[in-house]
Amino acid sequence: MTLREQLRAKISAAFYHHGLLCASYPVPIILFTSASILTCCYPLLKLPLPGTGPVEFTTGVRDYSVPSHEPHGDQGERPDWYRGPPVAYIQQVLVKAAVSPWDSSLVPVDVFRSPLGQVFRLLEEIRNHVYSDSSGVRSLESLCLQVTDLFPGLRRMQTVLPEHGCLLVSPGNYWQNQRELFDSDPDLFKTIQKHEPKGLHTSATLRDLLFGVPGKYSGVSHYNKKRVVTYTITVVLLSYDARFLNSLRARLKQLHPSANCSLREDHMVHVHFKEEIGIAELIPLVTTYIILFAYIYFSTRKIDMVRSKWGLALAAVVTVLSSLLMSVGLCTLFGLTPTLNGGEIFPYLVVVIGLENVLVLTKSVVSTPVDLEVKLRIAQGLSNESWSIMKNMATELCIILIGYFTLVPAIQEFCLFAVVGLVSDFFLQMFFFTTVLSIDIRRMELADLNRRLPAEASLPQPKPVPLRTREAPPPPRPSPHTITLQTPAFRNLRLPKRLRVVYFLARTRLAQRIIMAGTVIWIGILVYTDPAGIRAYLAAQVSEQSPLGDPGVSGLSPHLAVAPVFAAGDPTSALNIHPAPDPTPVPENQSQGHHSSGRALPLPPLSHSVPQITWGAEDEEGWRRLSFRHWPSLFSYYNITLAKRYISILPVIPVSVHLSPQEAIETRHPHDTRHRPPLIPKVSADLQTDLTLYKVAALGLAAGVLLVLLLFCLYRVLCPRNYGQNGAAHGRRRRGDLPCDDYGYSPPVSEISPLLLRGHSMDIECLASDGMLLASCCLAGQIRVWDAQTGDCLTVIPKHSSSGCWEQREGLDGLSREPEEEDYFPLRRRASPSRLALFTDQPDLTPLIDTNFTSQPPSHLSTPPKEGFDYGSLVERAYTEHEPPSPSSYPCASSASSSPSSAAQPQRRLSVGDGGGASSQERGSGSGSQAAADWESSVWAMELRGNLIAAGRSSGKLEVGLWDAVEGSLRCRNEDGVSGITALAFLNNRIVAARLNGSLDFFTVEINKPLALLQYRGAPGQGSMPPSPCYTSEDVISCQLTRSVQCAHQKPITVLRAAAGRVVTGSQDHTVRVYRLEDSCCLFTLQGHSGGITAIYIDQTMVLASGGQDGAICLWDVLTGSRVSHVYGHRGDVTSLVCTTSCVISSGLDDLICIWDRSTGIKLYSIQQDMGCGASLGVISESLLVTGGQGCVSFWDLNFGDLLQTVYLGQSSDSQVVRQLLVLDNAAIVCDFGSELSLVYVPSVLEKLD
Amino acid sequence: MSLTPKFLTLTAMSGGAGAGPRGPYMSFITDRNTNLLIRGGLLFSVGVFLALVLNLLQVQRNVTLFPPDVISSIFSSAWWVPPCCGTASAVIGLLYPCIDSRVGEPHRFKREWSSVMRCVAVFVGINHASAKVDFANNVQLSLTLAALSIGLWWTFDRSRRGFALGVAIALLATLTTQLLVYNEFFQYTSPDFLYIRSWLPCIFFAGVITMGNIGRQLALYEHKLLQKTHQD
Repeated sequence: MTLREQLRAKISAAFYHHGLLCASYPVPIILFTSASILTCCYPLLKLPLPGTGPVEFTTGVRDYSVPSHEPHGDQGERPDWYRGPPVAYIQQVLVKAAVSPWDSSLVPVDVFRSPLGQVFRLLEEIRNHVYSDSSGVRSLESLCLQVTDLFPGLRRMQTVLPEHGCLLVSPGNYWQNQRELFDSDPDLFKTIQKHEPKGLHTSATLRDLLFGVPGKYSGVSHYNKKRVVTYTITVVLLSYDARFLNSLRARLKQLHPSANCSLREDHMVHVHFKEEIGIAELIPLVTTYIILFAYIYFSTRKIDMVRSKWGLALAAVVTVLSSLLMSVGLCTLFGLTPTLNGGEIFPYLVVVIGLENVLVLTKSVVSTPVDLEVKLRIAQGLSNESWSIMKNMATELCIILIGYFTLVPAIQEFCLFAVVGLVSDFFLQMFFFTTVLSIDIRRMELADLNRRLPAEASLPQPKPVPLRTREAPPPPRPSPHTITLQTPAFRNLRLPKRLRVVYFLARTRLAQRIIMAGTVIWIGILVYTDPAGIRAYLAAQVSEQSPLGDPGVSGLSPHLAVAPVFAAGDPTSALNIHPAPDPTPVPENQSQGHHSSGRALPLPPLSHSVPQITWGAEDEEGWRRLSFRHWPSLFSYYNITLAKRYISILPVIPVSVHLSPQEAIETRHPHDTRHRPPLIPKVSADLQTDLTLYKVAALGLAAGVLLVLLLFCLYRVLCPRNYGQNGAAHGRRRRGDLPCDDYGYSPPVSEISPLLLRGHSMDIECLASDGMLLASCCLAGQIRVWDAQTGDCLTVIPKHSSSGCWEQREGLDGLSREPEEEDYFPLRRRASPSRLALFTDQPDLTPLIDTNFTSQPPSHLSTPPKEGFDYGSLVERAYTEHEPPSPSSYPCASSASSSPSSAAQPQRRLSVGDGGGASSQERGSGSGSQAAADWESSVWAMELRGNLIAAGRSSGKLEVGLWDAVEGSLRCRNEDGVSGITALAFLNNRIVAARLNGSLDFFTVEINKPLALLQYRGAPGQGSMPPSPCYTSEDVISCQLTRSVQCAHQKPITVLRAAAGRVVTGSQDHTVRVYRLEDSCCLFTLQGHSGGITAIYIDQTMVLASGGQDGAICLWDVLTGSRVSHVYGHRGDVTSLVCTTSCVISSGLDDLICIWDRSTGIKLYSIQQDMGCGASLGVISESLLVTGGQGCVSFWDLNFGDLLQTVYLGQSSDSQVVRQLLVLDNAAIVCDFGSELSLVYVPSVLEKLD
Repeated sequence: MSLTPKFLTLTAMSGGAGAGPRGPYMSFITDRNTNLLIRGGLLFSVGVFLALVLNLLQVQRNVTLFPPDVISSIFSSAWWVPPCCGTASAVIGLLYPCIDSRVGEPHRFKREWSSVMRCVAVFVGINHASAKVDFANNVQLSLTLAALSIGLWWTFDRSRRGFALGVAIALLATLTTQLLVYNEFFQYTSPDFLYIRSWLPCIFFAGVITMGNIGRQLALYEHKLLQKTHQD
């Protein structure tokens, strides 16, 4: 044993024990795992939440000094980004200008033309301001942020944004800071609007940048009610010089004092910007996420054969995600703060960790033998895959280790995360996922158990609810193999789970309510977190409404607030102010401004126009009203990024400018008066807002449509109509596919071994059964009769037996077998029993009839058939009255049909009177009575009732032959017909034959009993067919044509069904006819199909369904002949139809099986079949559907459309297709399999008890 | 499906009303040429999409300059680049299964869509790493990318002919790019090795492996379909 093998064995054993542990204590383990996940994720709480919003920090102006790079010991509440100098200092000069008093002679343009004109003078002041002290002369040029070229893509902004100089922006930039251009501009408004972007831009437009206040606050519009124009001059400084700034502030205030200004000027705000993610960066990110989701989707859709697919997929995703969280948490715990962008590396981490292990585990566990205990299944599945899991993990760790040695920091960090993630993922797989899997598998088995009641358990209790009152007399006797039906009341409630969820949502309007509640909460949060906007709005309202109170309140404070600053700055500025105004060429302007303001200040407090300029709290930090992308976008124009850096915003310098009407008129442009009617710009503005409105509306509409589409897709994903169909693509396990799996587990050996009935030489065409016996006919014309329970071949009726000498099989002497008759569960024997040497010298006898006596039907004495079903007492009486019973017949056998207490006994009874002897006596007479038949024709239709086989043959002369099924003797024949028999129905003592020429023949089977021996066997199981008579070999059976309907149909009759006293025929002539069985009277002709009828279903409850070549399925009311529903379901012919109490199951030539709701006619789902197996389907119980496939039989849950199990019929599954499928009453399924028959008992998984 | 005499007779009498089980859609899909066309189209669109997205990544690394508008930055490279990438990926994706079938049996290693998705994700990740991670020097970058590419091949392909084809196509593509640069169709901002970017062959190799993987998976789909119809 090599080391490798030793290691492998050890790993396998360890995994086995671990699996046992997990499956034994699921709840404690899940609790433990959740606790450890939470513990590991706890450090994540310390991490900042991701977001791109800027962060602020406020310091005082007085004692400001540039923070150092090194973190101080005493950090206080300083954020960790507050280190080093900022990118820039922002000094805003907030100008409020108004023409006062307002004159009625003024035009609307005057509101902003002359106030805007003031900007040039102010700019001049600022530019030329010089402060000199002992340390030297400082001007703006030396302090400001010098910018170079604009970003290359911004050529069109070259005219308005400064280049190669100080970054100083103001509305004057629109006119290149030249007064002449401004004065000669005929339409200011147009100039401003010219640079606005065409699209819907909400943030940081050029107008916002230049004005420094949001567009609607600037007051530059034609319908400005307040007639105050607000704008800022923004100076961006590279270095901070308190003295220079103070002198500038003092100078400006001196020139344009703001009387009622109460702005606080002692705080500067540092704004830190996070790394921003643009759309351009987002696209690759989104792509990786899409790929990630596709990966998860393709991975989880491979999970099958479990109880809850979604649950397990969720568990898998939870496993991966929480392992990621755990890895991040652990790394943070040990001091490794993630510097990588989490959102970007996350998809790759998921891909590296992968979902493969989880899927491999699921597959491995699912493929363990189902009849094992759950614990053992989990343990086995784990240990099977242990080696590959360990190997994969070792490989991945190696690769990551190699990656760690690349010595690139980013890759190293990624590798570290990946290692921790892998280990925690392994931990979670082993503990969390395995446990969830064990719970799931246990649930699946419980569900299987609940779907049917165990036969043994239901026996002792009397049935509380009779299943169907109509068929009360012969209660369905549960044999060991019977699947107990669910009561219809239960059945009706069992919708598919996904549908139930949707119904629940619809009923409670859950989504609507959640959305409503969410909206309310959202609005609440908005109000709660951003009260500033509302407060500002309210303040504006208040200040508007109380013009007298505002200056009164704030009138006291300006002197208080401004004075200290003045006091502080005064000594220096008083010394140094005089150099600055010297070169100014506008002394009269200055004086005028001074004069006007000075005039306005003392005089107009009494007049009405004074409170035009007000200063409120909202002006203090006016930049807050700007978009938070305002500063980043301004800097990005010069290719300076603010990401992960900060800027410092200095307190604003308030400037109030009052202009007289005289000045306003002087600065007018000739065009202004010409374009006097303000309607045109107003209309255009209205038009613009309208356009914007339309755009918003269109976008909203588009978004709504998109949302609806998205929801629809989501709905289709969650609740596809045909989930059975796509389930078949991957849900069905094919033997051929499994070895191709690269995970290397071998498919399980078929859990249920089907019984193969061999003997036919060619493909099987007809198949008939009455529950006990099974007759099959192959293309060669050979009819074989099998015991449906044991699979023994009872009789062979060859095609060419001209002498009528039937090959019979006989096992042992009946008497010698008697002790074995108590054995009710005979061994399953293959169809070719060993011949005894005893009979080899008798050529006629050697082809034995395998008189396995336990399987021979009883032939008790009985009265002739009567109306009604309760034969038990009759049999009892007849039995006691007539012949003394032979020792081999059991008294309890006759009472079996009457008393359910003996139902546990098998219904097969030994034939009376030593069946072996009787058959050997009969042999001679039977053969003598047979006439030579036309054996050239083949059998087209076959029916089996009791022990009589009716076979309809095809060509030339047609005949109905009746054979004794057990003995194989031809009892009677009828050769009246002229046309081939296409379909047969055998009900009670009547045989209905449909012919190719469209005629319908009714035969009556009459039994003349010399000994009056006739016994009825109660039909077991569903009881949908009446009990059929058993004939003894002594009876003389005659078959007479009672009535022939010559022109039942215009075209060949394709399908014939009989039940509940009705005979229903379907023909190529597109019609369905209903006949009464007793008097052959045609009751209805049902028209509605547009093609030939190919399938009909009728049962005891008078449900009639028909399917045609047009792919349509019609449901009819047999009592009135009216059509109940009409649906199109198939491309091509409908080949088979079955109804249950709640649904209709149809199959077509398109190999699709559709399941319809019977009451509403809505298709519930469909199942894709293998090629050529469309017609093979059957219903075992209300909820169990069986379909044939390529070399296999599949069992489906009808309620949910889930595949329960697949049983492979042969070892070589190639090319053999199950074309016919017959469900017997004892829960066995017979299907043809090429030249063989296959007898499958319903899987043991359904009987398994936990 | 062996037809029974009864069925034959019935169909004969009804004038062959029963249509075949296969509709026009199936036959359309299973037609060989159409299938080839569909596969080529799919591969082409995948190639164009990846070229656009990955180009955006390169744009962020300032291999080219950054214009303000996003839309234009997606199409910032010359118009002929995405179609070229698409055509190349279509050719590669069709070439791989073709060579597989010529040489021997179809490739059987990890033939699942989830694995293909994983492969594409790793490919995008390699591009992402080359664009975002700051390496000390170009040799380190090239070596890391080469290791990653070979890891990609080992994880998702593991076939010798896949490796050979990948190397050959990568060399060819590098040569073509070199010629284009030489003829000044475009130029790099900073060529680091003999006028080429040294990591280019690695990216090409990884791309070839990825497209080959997708192509093989698509071909497998066709293979299954054809098998099914042959059985019929």
